[in-house]
Amino acid sequence: MDTGTPLVEMKNISIAFGGIHAVENVSVDLFAGEVVALVGHNGAGKSTLIKILSGAYKRDAGTILINGEEAQINNPRDAKKYGIETIYQTLALADNVDAAANLFLGRELRTAWGTLDDVAMESETRKVMGRLNPRFQRFKDPVSNLSGGQRQTVAIARAIYFNARILIMDEPTAALGPQEAAQVGDLVRQLKTEGLGIFLISHDIHDVFDLADRVVVMKNGQVVGTASTADVTEDDVLGMIILGKCPPGAIPGPGALQIAA
Amino acid sequence: MTDVTSHALSKKAAAVNSSLPQRLLRATELDTRMLGMVGALAVIWIGFHIVSGGLFLTPRNLWNLSVQSASVAIMSTGMVLVIVTRNIDLSVGSLLGFVGMVMGVTQTEILPQWLGFGHSAIWIAAILVGVALGALIGAMQGYIIAYLAVPSFIVTLGGLLVWRGAAWWVTSGRTVAPLDATYRLMGGGPDGAIGAFWSWVVGLIACVALLLMLANGRKQRRKFHFPLRPVWAESLLAVMGCAFILGAVAVANSYPWPSAIVRRYATENNITVPEGGLFIAHGIAIPVLIAVGVGVVMTFLANRTRFGRYVFAIGGNPEAAVLAGINTRWVTMKVFILMGALVGISSAISTARLNAATNAMGTLDELLVIAAAVIGGTSLGGGIGTIAGAMIGAVLMQSLASGMILLGVDTPLQNIVVGIVLVVAVWLDTLYRKRVK
Repeated sequence: MDTGTPLVEMKNISIAFGGIHAVENVSVDLFAGEVVALVGHNGAGKSTLIKILSGAYKRDAGTILINGEEAQINNPRDAKKYGIETIYQTLALADNVDAAANLFLGRELRTAWGTLDDVAMESETRKVMGRLNPRFQRFKDPVSNLSGGQRQTVAIARAIYFNARILIMDEPTAALGPQEAAQVGDLVRQLKTEGLGIFLISHDIHDVFDLADRVVVMKNGQVVGTASTADVTEDDVLGMIILGKCPPGAIPGPGALQIAA
Repeated sequence: MTDVTSHALSKKAAAVNSSLPQRLLRATELDTRMLGMVGALAVIWIGFHIVSGGLFLTPRNLWNLSVQSASVAIMSTGMVLVIVTRNIDLSVGSLLGFVGMVMGVTQTEILPQWLGFGHSAIWIAAILVGVALGALIGAMQGYIIAYLAVPSFIVTLGGLLVWRGAAWWVTSGRTVAPLDATYRLMGGGPDGAIGAFWSWVVGLIACVALLLMLANGRKQRRKFHFPLRPVWAESLLAVMGCAFILGAVAVANSYPWPSAIVRRYATENNITVPEGGLFIAHGIAIPVLIAVGVGVVMTFLANRTRFGRYVFAIGGNPEAAVLAGINTRWVTMKVFILMGALVGISSAISTARLNAATNAMGTLDELLVIAAAVIGGTSLGGGIGTIAGAMIGAVLMQSLASGMILLGVDTPLQNIVVGIVLVVAVWLDTLYRKRVK
């Protein structure tokens, strides 16, 4: 799989908040049709790194290449132009408006008069939601009235509706029951076969080994190591997360524990 | 996700068992909260009518009520958007005073030097100056709030002091009067109303617009195969809407000019006044027409444009709005620009009605405007509110005030009542929202 130009290449990314290095000299890449899992403790810098890619944060240093070309990502709008869609851990839904308004937030469909085309947006929402969750019927309710799983479905629908090429999923199954989580797993596999590149942030190590092709472990804002999930065991990855110890099957990063040899 | 199916089932069961009013509400898709407000207004009106011995529900009182509500109603439409974005504007009363003074000086002292006294362009130039100045000041306050991240409470609290002071400064406290004759029409009065014929024309146009809107909504729903309202419900809405519009016009048209003005008009136009007097109706007052127009435009902005959608999204979840790529700062600034421009319009109406600009004009208006928006269902937590609700809220507040004046209630007691009503109204609203959830 490691042939050709990566879909995304983040090189030497750093960002600091008031002297704290949330992300320090991190390099990761992602190929089309690949799922790369980002794992690590809370505060390891996974979400921050991903927010740099999605345009929510501005990096202090480093470059982002999309298809081998340097990309200017300074805000979420820029990221979406490159086909980068994100499902945030917090879902980032406007609770007071309905599913259609959330799905098209920032990219509203408009009539010939330039006004909002609510009916068309609802119709499209019905189509995409029908694919993800055929039983969903509450199109007129504000999303605050929906269940956790339904809200998650809205967030996922928003990410896949606009033909994303790069999908970022930050804890996509955190709010879901086992059955719904399995549905998300199926969706990830399906999107993968369609050629999307997916960054998956997860705390669930089983999920990671189930879905991801490669795993990138972060600790204290640095990369401990990168490994193909076929080359390492779950225990190896846990060792990387907790101790920062890089096993033989992984490529060590700058954050790896330096063992005095 | 079993709750979806059970929800749908219970809905079906409810449809079978529900009473007539419930079915009526579901079929017409009317907002129950708005209906509740209209009901409260009706109770207040009928209550005052009975207690005052039949003085309240007269064409004369209702006509005056509509004129008195116009200024606050216009500002309350802007305040809804301000509060929906989780901000507040405490400066509107002072801003109204300052803009009014500038408009007064513009039309009585500055423009006549160039155009000559009583020039026909003076009134429009004065209004444009007022609206532009309001928008400019709104932009300044909005910039500080949105881009310099100073809380809106502080910025507009500062504005409250600054613009009240500035209003005094314009003429060192001197009252500016009288104002331009054409400009004065915006304040209402026998001349500042459009007469019976044009009132009917406006009413009919409004009815046609309502019917077209209903028809278009139905057409759109059919195009995308959405469930349609039953025909009887659509017809009921159309009939009720038209009856309300034409009823309002009829009330405005049954308030005659005072006999002295009729006599003056008759001698000016060489008409002999017949035995028993000549009946010349006021018709809809110009400030009311302006307020209704503002209400329609603002409702359109809030519900049918991207700007309105963004305003509500920011109120619902500012972080989500940013992540969706919305330029939240610019939207916030635009909300304050709009608020300022609306204050300009309200200021024109207030000064025209008084036929003078004074530096104390609009004192405490900010509180009336905020109260109108909040009584009208705007949540101070942000994200929730309707333009129509705020305008009804403004009428409700004015009804209380003028009803108590009719009854001869002392001013201190009036304030006590209005204050209590505000708190009780918001409490009831909280209860309602909890139950709906």
